[in-house]
Amino acid sequence: MTRDPVLTFTQQGIYCPAGDFHIDPWRPVDRALITHGHADHARPGHGRYLATDLAAPVIRHRLGEITLDTVPYGEARRIGGASVSFHPAGHVPGSAQIRVEVAGEVWVASGDYKLADDGLSDPFEPLRCHAFITESTFGLPVFRWQPQASIADELNDWWRACQQDGLTPLLGAYALGKAQRLLHMLDPEIGPILTHGAVEATTKILRTQGLRLPATVPVTPDTKAADHPGALVLAPPSALGSRWARRFAPVSTGFASGWMALRGIRRRRAGDRGFVVSDHADWTGLNRAIKETGAEKIFVTHGYTDVFTRWLNEQGIQAQVVPTAFGADEDSE
Amino acid sequence: MKDFAALFRAIDQSTRTTSKVAALADYFRTAPEEDRVWTIALFSGRRPKRAVTTTRLREWAAERANLPLWLFEDSYSVVGDLAETIALVLPPPESESDLGLSYWISYLQDIANADEDTRKARVLAAWDQLDTTERLLFNKLMTGGFRIGVSQKLMTRALAQATGKPEPELAHRLMGDWTPASTDWHTLIEAADSAADASRPYPFYLAHALDDPETLGTPGDWLAEWKWDGIRAQLIHREGAHFIWSRGEELMTDRFPELAMLRDVLPDGTVIDGELVAWDADTGAPQPFAALQKRIGRKSVPKALLRDAPVLLLAYDLLEHGGQDIRDLPFAERHAQLDATLAALPDDAPLRPSPLIAFDTWTDLAAIRAEARANRAEGLMLKRADGPYLSGRKRGGWWKWKLEPLTVDGVMIYAQAGHGRRANLFTDFTFAVWDGPDLVPFTKAYSGLSDSEFARITAWVNRNTMQRFGPVRQVTPHHVFEIAFEGIQQSPRHKSGVALRFPRMARWREDKSATQANTLDDLLELLRLYG
Repeated sequence: MTRDPVLTFTQQGIYCPAGDFHIDPWRPVDRALITHGHADHARPGHGRYLATDLAAPVIRHRLGEITLDTVPYGEARRIGGASVSFHPAGHVPGSAQIRVEVAGEVWVASGDYKLADDGLSDPFEPLRCHAFITESTFGLPVFRWQPQASIADELNDWWRACQQDGLTPLLGAYALGKAQRLLHMLDPEIGPILTHGAVEATTKILRTQGLRLPATVPVTPDTKAADHPGALVLAPPSALGSRWARRFAPVSTGFASGWMALRGIRRRRAGDRGFVVSDHADWTGLNRAIKETGAEKIFVTHGYTDVFTRWLNEQGIQAQVVPTAFGADEDSE
Repeated sequence: MKDFAALFRAIDQSTRTTSKVAALADYFRTAPEEDRVWTIALFSGRRPKRAVTTTRLREWAAERANLPLWLFEDSYSVVGDLAETIALVLPPPESESDLGLSYWISYLQDIANADEDTRKARVLAAWDQLDTTERLLFNKLMTGGFRIGVSQKLMTRALAQATGKPEPELAHRLMGDWTPASTDWHTLIEAADSAADASRPYPFYLAHALDDPETLGTPGDWLAEWKWDGIRAQLIHREGAHFIWSRGEELMTDRFPELAMLRDVLPDGTVIDGELVAWDADTGAPQPFAALQKRIGRKSVPKALLRDAPVLLLAYDLLEHGGQDIRDLPFAERHAQLDATLAALPDDAPLRPSPLIAFDTWTDLAAIRAEARANRAEGLMLKRADGPYLSGRKRGGWWKWKLEPLTVDGVMIYAQAGHGRRANLFTDFTFAVWDGPDLVPFTKAYSGLSDSEFARITAWVNRNTMQRFGPVRQVTPHHVFEIAFEGIQQSPRHKSGVALRFPRMARWREDKSATQANTLDDLLELLRLYG
């Protein structure tokens, strides 16, 4: 007799037949378990939501009035015939891998994850499982991240150099996760940190959840660069080069993303500086995470799926590509 | 390599020309002289002899990084730069090195003739003592092509800042047939410039594009001539030898043996700026560019090709006369001297004046321009009658007024991701026209859209992929693009039967549906008219 797999892949997203729920579905479903608040994972229109208590405030902020139940990391919930628990994914504060156990068989959907401890998110927890659903956003051997401390030095050196040259450093980063991680890396002794409204909104929410972040000054229509000498400005990537940014001229623009590891993309973004800061696992991290799960089967959902899957299979790890609607544009990583 | 790596980073990290120039000028003041000369050489397209083939480099890098070769190749196709890919996949170095740019270049020159095991061992040893940026640069010394956002013009400006010498003089000094082995900093930059090499060309004067001649003022101040569709070239006859340089400063003398006879008929001490074209003696006009194309890149020319596509130089300008640099004379005067010089040549000499075109009003000239294609020209050139011959692309004295390109509306049917600067974006597209109910591919195009348009079409391709063939996506035939091109010719190698010259996306026709794209018959009509 063959049983249903613990998780299947449907038009709506990752589905658990035993528990009749979806994980990060991209089309409206009755019950959605959400790994984290990024737009390609937490979408509007579902009947009921379940997420970690740390991820919940941001998801509410983004999706508005939804029916949202929360659960702490590590606490098992029974949903139909499945036992479900959320475990730190290290991607952004509150982000989770979702562990689903049905009749002794364990599958883990990891959402997005990184192995390095960013000092804000609960660090990635390796989970033993039979099947592991992984991303591969940076699943090529050219992506290897440097330790966070050395990137922090680069950022702070740039800030100081800008002060000497009379430029305002304008740093572009995704408003949820990346921006707060950068705040954590910046040295507030150097000068004041100004924030764009989108960055300030998520930062405020995460602060109330107890995240310790340096003080920030929200930019308002009346904000003048001259009133904040030596300041650094943190904004979403879309704000770089916009009308909004003109008040800070002359600026030196920086962009923080894993994609900045490649010179071509760095040049296309046409910023002055690219800082290689990613909330996704690098090549080494992906391989380590997969090995540590001990899983017999790997499903690769987004990123360099074809290449990474072939590599895993050659390493003797059974892997296959699962097309999904995950994976966002460059600005969100 | 640390100084040079720091220079590279300073240049690479800035989008501001002034800070790039400042970083370069600082380097030219402080770096060891040998390193300066090599830096000038690298940034002006001269590179050390290739010590290792790129095939071996790929194999060694993949082996050192413990990767299968296919994975290395797939990574390369995303990164788009071999030197960078190698630098990124290698494990971190085990030691550091303080040795300079010139040391690493001679290190490579030393191994050029060694056996393969030695070369491999030496390259691996170098990788193991260089950091990621230094490795990238070391690899670039082996793979060639130092395109890192520094044009020769920028470099010349920085040299001028560092040495106090005028930019045009430096630009001329850096032209021609020198290598770091044949010169040094003093000879190249500082010494009195008398013993210049006989082959040394003048920097080419390049024109800006013109939209509306009315902005140029009085027609009488201007001289017009055809803008020929060939290869811009400089012919030098000095000390009994002749040299032909391309605009890209490539010496092409041996590729055009029919021009050698000019040594016997052209006075010594003559330098001419002109356009190489394949000539049609019957019509007395250039052949289509496709005929010349067969001659490009051929070092030895078979007899049949010499007969079918004989090349001659259509002379635009005279730069040196009787051994004197006359670039500062007004164009009208230079041109008169050019005519006088050429008048003395035999009729069958492969050198003719590119005739000046008489006109009274801009309206008259516009009518003449409309005839350019029939005259095998791309359009017109307009030159100030009293202007000097400047170096590089300068605004004001010379203008190119090209014909509007030909256009066809095609449906996008395949998309492929770009690499390097365009990694992560779908930028390489195949377009089709209608043949009854079928779509027939007729061209590929890569350029013409803005970054934000590429981002938008990339998101669309991701949602509308019908089938994947390796890196190629077949997409729903939906989007129509106006494809602009400079020429069209018959081609049995293409399914549509035609090949286009310089195809690019002129516009994304979001106002058109796929059924409103052009047909194969439309394309064949263009072939009939302009092929």
